[in-house]
Amino acid sequence: MILSEKTVKKIREKASKYPKRKGAILPSLTLAYKQLGYVDNEIYIEISEVINVPQLEIAEAASFYTMFPKKPRGKYLLQVCNNISCALLGADAMVDRLEEKLAIKRGETTDDGLFTLISVECLGSCCTAPMIQINDDFHENLTREKLDKLLESLKNGK
Amino acid sequence: MTFYSPVLTNAKEIAGHDKLHLFEFVEDEKQYQLKRYLKHGGYAAWKTVLGKMKPEEVIEEVKKSGLRGRGGAGFPTGMKWSFVPKDSPKERYLCCNADESEPGTCKDRVLMERDPHVVIEGMAIGAYAIGCHLMFCYIRGEFHHCIERIEKATEEAYSKGHLGKNIYGSGYDLEMIIHTGAGAYMCGEETGLLNSIEGEKGMARIRPPFPAIEGLWECPTIVNNVESLAAVPHIINRGADWYRSMGTEKSAGTKLFSLSGHINRPGNYEVELGFSLQKLIYDSNYGNGISDGKKLKAVIPGGVSTPFLTPDKVDVPLDYESLTEAGSMLGSGGVIVLHEDTCIVWTILKLIKFFRHESCGKCTPCREGTGWLEQIIQKIEDGRGGPDDLEKLDSICGNILGRTICPLGDAAVMPIQSTLKDWRDEWLYHIEHKKCLVKQDFGF
Repeated sequence: MILSEKTVKKIREKASKYPKRKGAILPSLTLAYKQLGYVDNEIYIEISEVINVPQLEIAEAASFYTMFPKKPRGKYLLQVCNNISCALLGADAMVDRLEEKLAIKRGETTDDGLFTLISVECLGSCCTAPMIQINDDFHENLTREKLDKLLESLKNGK
Repeated sequence: MTFYSPVLTNAKEIAGHDKLHLFEFVEDEKQYQLKRYLKHGGYAAWKTVLGKMKPEEVIEEVKKSGLRGRGGAGFPTGMKWSFVPKDSPKERYLCCNADESEPGTCKDRVLMERDPHVVIEGMAIGAYAIGCHLMFCYIRGEFHHCIERIEKATEEAYSKGHLGKNIYGSGYDLEMIIHTGAGAYMCGEETGLLNSIEGEKGMARIRPPFPAIEGLWECPTIVNNVESLAAVPHIINRGADWYRSMGTEKSAGTKLFSLSGHINRPGNYEVELGFSLQKLIYDSNYGNGISDGKKLKAVIPGGVSTPFLTPDKVDVPLDYESLTEAGSMLGSGGVIVLHEDTCIVWTILKLIKFFRHESCGKCTPCREGTGWLEQIIQKIEDGRGGPDDLEKLDSICGNILGRTICPLGDAAVMPIQSTLKDWRDEWLYHIEHKKCLVKQDFGF
């Protein structure tokens, strides 16, 4: 098993609350992603055995949602909101700066596996734009100085 | 940082106010804890409802209050609840739509992060009104902090008997599941949301049947926005007449507005419906004017799904009817301000890229149409536009509008149509001169 005992236990717990088994598909994928940072066919098979739903139905659902990447990404996932409220306050220039500083294009991961940079749609931080989500955390009201400092602290392992 | 999100609110002005209520305690650092919530009168409405009111009475009170859906459509909440068939032998479900993802909107997030119990209490009252014993809170997956707060609050509510079996000795059982999304705007559309809970792709469903008749697992289901549900405990505590005394005749109560873009004081503000958009933008207690002393170019009043307003139309009351009359919509209350140096073509390109990306792909006009629109608008933005491109845009928009299963298609084209009408010269300039009319530079 690739899924840990802890994850499987959490999946079982969550699944038991749903009136129908398929309801547990998204929570299972979410828990698997939390453990691994990706989901793929092997994971669908394992989830399928735990929640007793055909693998195909799990794969089908997973294909629709952007938060279930099929491959692992960098240790820090940098998600820059690129929608209008952030863009009006310089989000495009912020992505350019990140591309330059990390020497990667959006969608890519640095060679050391530390950073993956992607631009994403609205993250609900419009009144505190521009912003970036790094793993689970939002960093809002960003300025060039704040962003540079943030990047440094991540490079130095916080 | 005192709060997880540093977003500005007008809670201080609201303190002690006899009308504004949703944001009353959102600057209280401990409001998210049950103890503090109870001290501020929390769960009193839930106790009243379970102890003294029949479900029909709850529905009647909410109907009388004039509360309308705050997610964007503005449908009367009490009336929606009354659509659940009384004699149905099936289970009934209530879903709180906390998939806040309409660009420009970040109000529900504040409620969930800072006052999570009021959301749970509102959900519970709604659930009781429709005879539901299992309710869902669908929170967008990126909102880790909201999810944490709602999870913690739910645990607390269970542990003190506000949720679970035989609540307050009434014999009423109510369970709650927090279901998290995974990055799909479509799941904020009610039928996409239901599919997502069922473990399907978040695609729209054809209506009828409406969810109130056949929703989750073909059972009667009600989907309400966070802000609508958060207003419900206040309505029960203070009465429908009190709620009706705020706002306008047809748009009762208060509304949260997220003010963003080129504005001096971006933030979330609670005001009575009918409040002046002009005042929201320029008054020093709210937006305090356009940033960098620039002139106003356009306002998107209700999230990116709503038509743009020209500066001469900004002197408008923020209520459902007045904005419709002005040619736009109140929507979700996401007010986005654009100053004079903003290129309309660039702005629209941002929006259409978003809608094309988020189109679920189920129906052809939206799936294909948003792609065509993006290609043409990208071409114009890149200086490769042709003389007949605007007519093509007009035609494609016209063929999407009103011809899709869910409102995403309409949402994608209405802002485009409004700019093709009100800023046509700028579109033409972009095509003829192969560049923007304005000098746009949004540095960082």
